[in-house]
Amino acid sequence: MANTEKNSYTILFSIGMVVIVGAVLAGLFGSLNSQIKENQKKEKKQNILFAMGITKATISGNQEDVNLPVDATEADKVFSEYVGENQFIIEGTKATKTSKAFEIDVKKEGQLAKKDSYTRKLPLFIGNIKGKKSYVVPLYGKGLWDAIWGYVALDEDLKTVKGAFFDHKGETPGLGANIKEKFFYEDFKGESIYNGSEFKGITVAKGNNDPTNKRKNDNKVDAIAGATITGDGVTAMIKTDLKMYVPYFQTVKAN
Amino acid sequence: MAEVAEKVKQKEPLFSKKNKGLMTDPLFDNNPITIQVLGICSALAITAQLKASIVMAVAVMFVLAMGNVVISLMRTIIPSKIRIIVQLVVVATLVIIVDLVLKAFAYELSKQLSVFVGLIITNCIIMGRFEAFALGNGPWKSFLDGIGNAAGYGLILIIVGFFRELLGSGTLLGFQVLGDPIEKTGLYALGYENNGFMLLAPMALITVGVIIWIQRSRNQSLIES
Repeated sequence: MANTEKNSYTILFSIGMVVIVGAVLAGLFGSLNSQIKENQKKEKKQNILFAMGITKATISGNQEDVNLPVDATEADKVFSEYVGENQFIIEGTKATKTSKAFEIDVKKEGQLAKKDSYTRKLPLFIGNIKGKKSYVVPLYGKGLWDAIWGYVALDEDLKTVKGAFFDHKGETPGLGANIKEKFFYEDFKGESIYNGSEFKGITVAKGNNDPTNKRKNDNKVDAIAGATITGDGVTAMIKTDLKMYVPYFQTVKAN
Repeated sequence: MAEVAEKVKQKEPLFSKKNKGLMTDPLFDNNPITIQVLGICSALAITAQLKASIVMAVAVMFVLAMGNVVISLMRTIIPSKIRIIVQLVVVATLVIIVDLVLKAFAYELSKQLSVFVGLIITNCIIMGRFEAFALGNGPWKSFLDGIGNAAGYGLILIIVGFFRELLGSGTLLGFQVLGDPIEKTGLYALGYENNGFMLLAPMALITVGVIIWIQRSRNQSLIES
């Protein structure tokens, strides 16, 4: 056995360890990465569909499944059925129909848009459910610990929220992490994002004395106790990200 | 001499009394949380829900048992000067492997685990067991020690998670067991309210404190002089 106390041994050991661990992890990542990317794409499709109200129940017909997303194995098929080619990239008031909209990384776009010379590309997905359109807008913001994101689906009037989906990277379990729970996202359904003709977004508000969310025109939903900063993150994300689509929505309405 | 000792060890049955002790001691009288006061950080952070507690307990058990075996197998070749770094590398590697495999083959589960993966690496119980046990014992014993300590940790997590979720949200594993707080059914019809304070980290500390109190009043030998 070599003398494990010698400096030369220590250095050789460290180099060997780093090479082995690096090779193992890199090899594993390389072989699994395509599978992981595929899973993430399916998840994105599930989430977009979920926001516009296409759930597992829509496919199975079983009302108990209404809070579950479409099965991952069926995500591709259902997505092409309800959204398909109806994907757009919005630049200002101009919309381009392209399937590249799905590939847009909202986080990266947000960083690129910090430069004044860059016109932000905004993805928009238009679902078609029994002849009725629903406009799904992706959102991206920050919560207490890390990123939060979501999808908001608007009705044909481009004013009323049809459904919403939120998710997070590392919010506190039991508190901020509850933004992905039913009792939170359900409250968004039917809320208006306008007050009269002024864009207001939706505020996650504390103490608005409306825990069952009966008032749909106050631009407010009930907050989660103990999750103030995550809730504020949701408010901010809706205000800034959804607002960018307003010029385009107005041209749609005008036509 | 070493050879003789080796032979004696081999004769020992797999689940000898001593080996069983490795698994059961950490559950009660040598519990990593209540006696050694390790792993408190994650015990405070994730016990607001029972489900999260259970998931974390299972995840730590896997990493601790596997890590203990790996460190134990490497114990004669690890230079003592950099042993802490080696331990960290082993934990981090195991956690990343688990994370990648879950993301590729059990994506739903990996989404639920997302928050905990990082917390496993920082769990002081893991480093503590590597340092105190695996570096000086064989792989089988280290494996049992890992299972035992993770179970002791998990037990406290589940107890704390049970009370925090029940009293804080009125639910267990997400099911409303005390009635509906908004529709005012069940206990809520009698004027009962959820204690939102239970969901915050300080109450986890107090709950752990109560467990320590009960444990030491039942077994006075645990009280430090």
